[in-house]
Amino acid sequence: MKNIKKIEEELILRNGKIIDPFNKKSFYDDVYIKNGKITNAKSISGRARIIDCKGKVITHGFCDLRSHFCEPGKEDVESLETGSNAAMAGGFTRVCVMPNTSPPLDNPELINFIINKAENYPINIHPIGAVTKMLKGKSLAEMSLMFEQGAVAFSDDDLPIQDGTMMRIALDYARLNNVTIINHAEDKYLSSDGQINEGYISNTLGLKGNPDLAESIMIHRDLQLATFLNSKIHVPHVSSIKSIKEIESFKKNNKNITAEVAPHHLYFNDEALLSYDTNLKVRPPIRTELDRKALIKAVEDEIIDCIATDHTPQRIEEKETTFDLASFGMIGLESCFGAVNKSLVIEGNLKLEQLINLLTINPRKIMGFNSDLLAENKIAELVILDPLKKWTFELGDIFSKSFNSPFINQELIGKVDYTISKGYIFSSQN
Amino acid sequence: MVLTVYTLFQWMLKLKNKHLLGLKDFPREDIHTILDMAFKFREVLDRPIKKVPSLQGVTVVNLFFENSTRTRISFELAQKRLSCDTVNFSASSSSLKKGESFKDTSQNIEAMKIDAVVMRHPTPGAPMHLSKFIDAVIINAGDGTHEHPTQAILDMMSLKEVFGTLNKLKIGIIGDIAHSRVALSNIYGLKAMGAEVTLCGPPNLIPKNIEDMGVKINYNIDEVMDWADALNVLRIQRERMGLGLIPSNREYRSKFGITKKRILNHKKEIIIMHPGPINRGVEIDSVVADSDQAIILDQVLNGVASRMAILYLFCGESPGKDTK
Repeated sequence: MKNIKKIEEELILRNGKIIDPFNKKSFYDDVYIKNGKITNAKSISGRARIIDCKGKVITHGFCDLRSHFCEPGKEDVESLETGSNAAMAGGFTRVCVMPNTSPPLDNPELINFIINKAENYPINIHPIGAVTKMLKGKSLAEMSLMFEQGAVAFSDDDLPIQDGTMMRIALDYARLNNVTIINHAEDKYLSSDGQINEGYISNTLGLKGNPDLAESIMIHRDLQLATFLNSKIHVPHVSSIKSIKEIESFKKNNKNITAEVAPHHLYFNDEALLSYDTNLKVRPPIRTELDRKALIKAVEDEIIDCIATDHTPQRIEEKETTFDLASFGMIGLESCFGAVNKSLVIEGNLKLEQLINLLTINPRKIMGFNSDLLAENKIAELVILDPLKKWTFELGDIFSKSFNSPFINQELIGKVDYTISKGYIFSSQN
Repeated sequence: MVLTVYTLFQWMLKLKNKHLLGLKDFPREDIHTILDMAFKFREVLDRPIKKVPSLQGVTVVNLFFENSTRTRISFELAQKRLSCDTVNFSASSSSLKKGESFKDTSQNIEAMKIDAVVMRHPTPGAPMHLSKFIDAVIINAGDGTHEHPTQAILDMMSLKEVFGTLNKLKIGIIGDIAHSRVALSNIYGLKAMGAEVTLCGPPNLIPKNIEDMGVKINYNIDEVMDWADALNVLRIQRERMGLGLIPSNREYRSKFGITKKRILNHKKEIIIMHPGPINRGVEIDSVVADSDQAIILDQVLNGVASRMAILYLFCGESPGKDTK
């Protein structure tokens, strides 16, 4: 991979604006890296490579709580290696991968496989284990043994746990290791086989609608159960006003609830579907402009804790088909920063520092990852951002094995210039 | 000889309850009385001739609506040692199969003049239900996921045999608490006797708010082993696995199993109990179950003595009495 190289022995990031979300400070200074670790000026000899960061922002590497790297079993769409490359290109140095592989990550042996294999790649990969065996929602998977092998959270991925008793059992059992359950919130009986958000646009297009109720009702159930049991729960890819209201109301009395939003729900509204673009077919669906605005407001109000890409690679033939037959999901790692920076900071009221929190310390806190990344002797996990750069997202910007992105040809604002992680450096300029 | 004296002073031993339906709100003094009597019968069981005439002329029916091996044999032996007449009934060979109601079956049996019923039933509360329409003494031999009072009595007897007292004793009950009649009866009995109880098992198998019964919960088996004087290790029932409540045998063993390794890691020698039947290698390792600190077979012997004491105290008040 020509854009990702082993890091030089000594590296100086010069004249950048450092935003340190952990210590809540912004300042201008140089960052020194030796043998892949953060160090000080004194430890650097004269031979260091210097990267001029004038006008750029240096901050923590991003952390994604929801990506699909499809290994083992679906290496034709993505692998741990190509997924890592896509993450590096998007500024992500730490990624939680979902268990919807083939076979699914429902046992400690497979968790161990991911952890061991990920050692070879430039980012930190954390597997999320299945809640139930084979993601079938019927009986508990070996959550404790998976936890001991390094699973950081548990989820049945895009297969919601429909059975309320099963969800209760899972939330209760998760307390054994004080670990978080992530349940894709969708009442399958209500969403039925809805293709896009139910509303004016679904009526216009003649496509079967998936009502926002299908999401908010499930969130209500999950948050009631989690509150009753005093268990940790994380709500993934929140997409609607109704859901935000549920989360806001439960969060008032429960500190164990967290929630995320995906870049595409902040960037697109369902009018973009008027072209029947199958790359916009996602779960939960892209909703109305009112929902999009409410999501942005919820991010500003800290009802939403973090941004997660929901990177879901699909084979081209899964998308180059009629809308009803197309698979759900889009890739999202490479386009994430440019999209959310544009929607939330450039066009919205969020400060860049706040956006960085949503991509760095907030997701790390949910998973219990270390966050003091600029401290000396830490293995460097940094990004160098050009927050004002306008650029058009193109096929050449995609490092994933799949290309199912509706962001292609979109003008994004804010670009990841460099990503430094585990002794590797990604450069967008080759 | 000893027993003759006890028969004479039987009036002093009068229990407050007519039936043994469960240990909830069961008087502490009565548990004392039963335990004292059980130790006396234990002496009988150590004699060459293990039979006494204490319940001669008393008729007991063993009504087993659910399969049982050891409880049933234990009760039958206790009855035979006490010289009472017994009739056995099991659901599989009964007229229940022909559609007769529980009430009719029970009343028909009572009409044949019996003094006591020992009942095992899969439904919680069935013995109390039975007590509403028959006059005979009812001994609960396990009602579903509710209570198993005679098991708790024999467990307490076994603890008392080792420690001399139950007061302030620290007992860990390990496993599937939610579906265990043994756990519930033990909690009631041990709390009444002044013991401290900590429950340990998968969170989804420990009922919510069970702390209200005055017990503690700790999900860490190693901490419980550090704390406890004795552990009552419950059987993990395979049918629970079928419901998806426990991921696998190996996961259960790794989190809650009383393994050889765990025993070796704890300096304090704790007493290990198990109500049986054992799943060796799941909730308890074979070497632990067969070790000196396990009193599992003592529990079985004490079970016969406890049930003799219970039958004697509940049914022996007026031997051969006429029921209506």
